[in-house]
Amino acid sequence: MVPLTGYLLVGAFLFSAGLYGALARRNAIAILMSIELMLNAANINLVAFWRYGEAQADLAGQVFAVLIIALAAAEAAVGLALIIAVYRERKTVNVDELDLLAG
Amino acid sequence: MPFPLPPLPTIGQLVFTGIALFTCASALGVVLARNLFHGALALVATLFGVAALYVMLEAEFLAVSQVLIYVGAISTLIAFAIMLTRSMMYGKTSPLNRQAGKTGLFAVLIFLALFGFVQSIPWPASAAPVLANESMIAALGEQFVTNYVIAFEVLGLLLLVALVGAVMLARDN
Repeated sequence: MVPLTGYLLVGAFLFSAGLYGALARRNAIAILMSIELMLNAANINLVAFWRYGEAQADLAGQVFAVLIIALAAAEAAVGLALIIAVYRERKTVNVDELDLLAG
Repeated sequence: MPFPLPPLPTIGQLVFTGIALFTCASALGVVLARNLFHGALALVATLFGVAALYVMLEAEFLAVSQVLIYVGAISTLIAFAIMLTRSMMYGKTSPLNRQAGKTGLFAVLIFLALFGFVQSIPWPASAAPVLANESMIAALGEQFVTNYVIAFEVLGLLLLVALVGAVMLARDN
């Protein structure tokens, strides 16, 4: 059987990659995709800890993971709607060009 | 015999290694792809890899949900958003902002810190056998309407509000 470490390392890698994408990409849609990566990293950790933990019977890890998947769906819907609204207004989705509030 | 040979990997470990490498490589593709649409395709591959990891963790319901919701719905939404906003996307400008170098260093440091932290703790190497499969989905549903009923209801409300809000935001007025 695969030790828990393996799953945690995959989660750590997905989180770091998502962090880099969320901070370094200019396109708002790319940032949203990177956030999905980080949410998936958290989900892997939750399910792995559930599987290797003591209290398997109450399925807490799986319940949390399902909640996060639903939250991610809501987040993606609102985020993409915002991006489309911004694009209609400003004709760009590059976040470093959206400087309306910069003095 | 100065060096005893390490134990041979089992089938499960080989499969896990393959899935893990596939997932990590496609995650790198998501954040490094210059073409946003290639990034979205890499995201689909990553989500499939995560679903496979759920199968290996014997959370089959979660794996199916992952494929249905992430691969089926969210990726489609992202593809639509890319196509609706595509005009600026394929220019000569860089896909990365000015802080990309520093951010890359930061992300590598975060990964190394997490790596060291994970390695420093003696995690369990194996787990108890999971509940019988046919009872798992039923047990999950039961948890949602007993212990976690408030979270479940709030989540339903949140989804409703978020989707109505998304329609309002994206509406052409």
